Amino acid sequence: MDAIILQILNGLDKGSAYALIALGLTLIFGTLGVVNFAHGALFMIGAFCAVTVQRILTLSYEVVDETQTDFLGNPLKVKVPYVESWFGPETGAAIIDWAVPLAILFAIPIMIAIGFIMERGLIKHFYKRPHADQILVTFGLAIVLQEVIKYFYGANPIPTGAPDVFRGSFDFGVLLGFDPNAIIYPYWRLVYFSFAALIIGGVFAFLQFTTFGMVVRAGMADRETVGLLGINIDRRFTIMFGLAAAVAGLAGVMYAPINSPNYHMGMDFLVLSFVVVVVGGMGSLPGAVLAGFLLGILESFASMNEVKSILPGIDQIIIYLVAIIILLTRPRGLMGRKGVMED
Amino acid sequence: MFGLDKKDFNLFLVVAAMALLAPFILNPFPTDSALAQFNAGYPDLMQRFVIFGIFAIGFNILFGLTGYLSFGHAAFLGVGSYSAVWVFKLLGMNVLPAIALSVVVAGLFALLIGFVSLRRSGIYFSILTLAFAQMSFNLAYSVLTPITNGETGLQLTLNDPRILGSSATADGSIPVTNLLPGLEIRSAYDLVIGPWSFTFNVGYYLCALFLLLAFYLSVRIFRSPFGMMLRAVKSNQQRMHYTGLNTRPYTLAAFVISGMYAGLAGGLMASMDPLAGAERMQWTASGEVVLMTILGGAGTLIGPVLGAGFIKYFENIFSKINDNVLHGWFAFMPDGLEDFIVTIIHPFIGKGWHLTLGILFMLVVIFLPGGLVEGGQRIAKMFRKKSEGTDTHVDAKHPAE
Amino acid sequence: MSKSNFTRRGVLKTGAMSAGGLALPTILTAASHAGYTNAPTGSTVTLGFNVPQTGPYADEGADELRAYELAVEHLNGGGDGGMLSTFSSKELDGSGILGKKVEFVTGDTQTKSDAARASAKSMIEKDGAVMITGGSSSGVAVAVQGLCQEAGVIFMAGLTHSNDTTGKDKKANGFRHFFNAYMSAAALAPVLQKLYGSDRKAYHLTADYTWGWTQEESIAAATEAMGWETVEKVKTPLAATDFSSYIAPVLNSGADVLVLNHYGGNMVNSLTNAVQFGLREKQVNGKNFEIVVPLYSRLMAKGAGENVKGIHGSTNWHWSLQDEGSKAFVKSFGTKYGFPPSQAAHTCYVQTLLYADAATRQARSTPVALRKHWKGLNSTVSATARHCIAPTITSASKMFWWCAGKKTQHPSSTFLKWSKSHLRHRSPMPPITRCLPVVNWDHVTPAHNRAA
Repeated sequence: MDAIILQILNGLDKGSAYALIALGLTLIFGTLGVVNFAHGALFMIGAFCAVTVQRILTLSYEVVDETQTDFLGNPLKVKVPYVESWFGPETGAAIIDWAVPLAILFAIPIMIAIGFIMERGLIKHFYKRPHADQILVTFGLAIVLQEVIKYFYGANPIPTGAPDVFRGSFDFGVLLGFDPNAIIYPYWRLVYFSFAALIIGGVFAFLQFTTFGMVVRAGMADRETVGLLGINIDRRFTIMFGLAAAVAGLAGVMYAPINSPNYHMGMDFLVLSFVVVVVGGMGSLPGAVLAGFLLGILESFASMNEVKSILPGIDQIIIYLVAIIILLTRPRGLMGRKGVMED
Repeated sequence: MFGLDKKDFNLFLVVAAMALLAPFILNPFPTDSALAQFNAGYPDLMQRFVIFGIFAIGFNILFGLTGYLSFGHAAFLGVGSYSAVWVFKLLGMNVLPAIALSVVVAGLFALLIGFVSLRRSGIYFSILTLAFAQMSFNLAYSVLTPITNGETGLQLTLNDPRILGSSATADGSIPVTNLLPGLEIRSAYDLVIGPWSFTFNVGYYLCALFLLLAFYLSVRIFRSPFGMMLRAVKSNQQRMHYTGLNTRPYTLAAFVISGMYAGLAGGLMASMDPLAGAERMQWTASGEVVLMTILGGAGTLIGPVLGAGFIKYFENIFSKINDNVLHGWFAFMPDGLEDFIVTIIHPFIGKGWHLTLGILFMLVVIFLPGGLVEGGQRIAKMFRKKSEGTDTHVDAKHPAE
Repeated sequence: MSKSNFTRRGVLKTGAMSAGGLALPTILTAASHAGYTNAPTGSTVTLGFNVPQTGPYADEGADELRAYELAVEHLNGGGDGGMLSTFSSKELDGSGILGKKVEFVTGDTQTKSDAARASAKSMIEKDGAVMITGGSSSGVAVAVQGLCQEAGVIFMAGLTHSNDTTGKDKKANGFRHFFNAYMSAAALAPVLQKLYGSDRKAYHLTADYTWGWTQEESIAAATEAMGWETVEKVKTPLAATDFSSYIAPVLNSGADVLVLNHYGGNMVNSLTNAVQFGLREKQVNGKNFEIVVPLYSRLMAKGAGENVKGIHGSTNWHWSLQDEGSKAFVKSFGTKYGFPPSQAAHTCYVQTLLYADAATRQARSTPVALRKHWKGLNSTVSATARHCIAPTITSASKMFWWCAGKKTQHPSSTFLKWSKSHLRHRSPMPPITRCLPVVNWDHVTPAHNRAA
């Protein structure tokens, strides 16, 4: 029992990352009709926003310490971050410690700007082009973006820690009456899950309860008619693209402490999030969220040794297997509409 | 001639000339010149051009004609390679049975996957093929290691039975692949004319022969009633259904044929170099053939071959240029300027070849929607003002969706 | 065509007509017994440095390239000469290899067997490389080694940790400097016993592919031999990025040690995840919970940041070693690039020098005919290297090894014994394997890491 609860928790957490990326992906697809292969790269850039903020906060000047030597035997140059010398060592260290949450503020404008530039500069010209062209051009863009990041940050993962307050894990098991250590869950993952829930709720509320959202939903349903009504749908779609980029970026920022960011993390997530979107149904927002959590949980269960002893290697293929089964039984994914992307 | 009309026959002749004269065409620079870096006329790369050309031609039969975008075609190439290597391990080192078996096995595998995947269309089909391919890759890398030898890749060893050949040569090494007894695949002949050097390799010409065969078949398919039916599926499948026609057998046939092309490519790869690794089945490998086809011009006859050559050239030539080479090229400049230019170019070569490739993709897709073929046509048009709507041109205007 | 001048490359020039009964001469002959491929004819000799330049191991590859460039500089008499001055043999005098200037070509393995072989082939077929070296995974090493064997050039393996890289299939042209999974386990076990006692319960998480399996097998056998109990062994997919669902059940399993048989990105992520779950702050069975990572890479471990502190693992070499060879190498590398070299860089540097040393010594110590020409070098290098590779390692780097938890310098006689019987045809290890550098990352997180 405890093992099952544990894997559900893990699955929710994994699922929230899938759901956040898939949400943006399906939002772009639903509004603009564009298959965006660069969406994983946006997630990756978000994570590197966290790295960048950490780098900025730890910008340092060097003080030569004669008592210590470096690896070549020269006097050691100790780096003192400017923040620590301005605000005092303790406040400074605390600010550096909180680099990842601070990066959220930094990431929102950056990601929206990147989204705008991408849509206006590139994607706009591809609305009328075949999906294959869209895939190719966004794939090219994804390669360019990740190579640029690699050029500046290297190929190795870069550690980006969560604030100290969130270190360690929370013992759920004790709350539910199990033995200590039976169900533990890291604090930061709790934060990540709540954050994801908040963002997903926010996006839905925005689309559901604002006039802007209403117009966008109308545009998703029938772009031409909305255009005929004299509403400038293009401008709204640009904003939606920025929003989707920001969602992917924020997912990336908060993910940085879970796995140290590296330049290819976007590609790692891209295929999975596409599977998630398709399983959920192309263009369906609730479908993307549902499929994200579902696949996350299934993946967690498949990783249990009890399951693997019956079906060896099942954890390697579970997501794809489920995708195949769902697509064969429910032709348009879990919540997809008829006729979308079927030709 | 050969059942081709005049224009197709001319195209075929061009391809044949290119394939047979490749050792000359690809080695335009004298061996000792600085530009020799750009020579691509060595056996391994020429073989790769041709093998990936076959792979892309096959992919184009499915994608270019029916519009079904498969993201899992590398799985067939991988399966083909594995079966070929198993033939070398169990049977003997002659490449022909290995190639035959790899085509058959890949065809059967394609039949199985195609039968399931073709129940859906559009992006759902793409994801289904992707899912099958990724499953094959993941399993080949780990659980199926007894068959695939996992991470290390399936290789020949001295302990293989090779019932029609020998486990080891007289001097105790692993035997090499051959075309006929005594005619080794790796045999080659060097022709030196002045400062130039050209290499003629048995393996390459075997591949080139298969390329011509593959190309000829693809032309015939494109021009046949069957090809017409596939094009009809692409332009409006719904209407086909309404006329009471079941399109599934046609698309499935196209899927299996293109799977067999991939298997042939895989078998040839293993024949040139008897090793099969799981990475050949990864989704990025499937993505690569999609890129080749679209980059060259989906739906055109020659496009996929051009695209394959383009990408393989970048992968193999640009990745080998390093700062040292650059300094060699620009050594005639004053020091400051030389360093400056090297610094500018540095991010785009060597470890930066991915960046260059990504930028080129974007440029080609943005400015040449019909791929390289359209680029060629535009240039041709500039020369002869009068425009003729060629068949390939019509296709290029509507790359598959 | 009447003026054309028909010649045949390499093979023919050495006079070895081994093509058998066919009319065409063969470029890529196995050439293991007669002549060898790409014999240098001019005043230069070309080496092929085949390292990952793209993909997740690109940084490791970049460090390998730095080391190679340094080695070439030293062989050609540039820089401060690095390790060369610490050699007991003074054959390498800065005049290149056998008086021929060393040049090099580079390529990208992409950490894929296919790409690595393509790149190596172009070096052999197009650039005329006599030796190929580099790489940062066992899959690539095995693949390229097979190719070089067939083509008749020498392969000096870069980073490869699998037991199977050497010793299988008698690949006489492949040489390895890096240690293997078996040696890691044998070196690590006594240290673990000393630190954590003999009564421990271990939980293994293992990357689900060949290297992971051998690593798991080796370390489990070694720890079980000293009394540890193996509670569970769980395989993790190579593509996994989030290990939470594998790590979460560990605490409840009754295990008090977690062994992570992961490398590269897998290692960084699983370790980060394990620390996130607070495993290291927990108490199980009345003992502190411990994590062990059998194969460490300092370069990759940087990605796990603070998390690596206090975790034990084994490494082939570390820049803080205080022997003359290591010090000289660290000094020239550090002076040129501004940071200390990684173990990958060390292996690659040493492999290049080993090759040059073997080639030079062989030619100078054998009949005149061999000295004048490079012909036959291939087979003789293998013969020489087989015998001299170990003493060269000692003179090149004089590593200090941990013997049963005690730091000593290993007597070179044992090295010789080891090299002869096991360097190539490596079967179960003699006691020597108990002696390898074991690193506690507490001690070796020096100042330069803080800047990163």
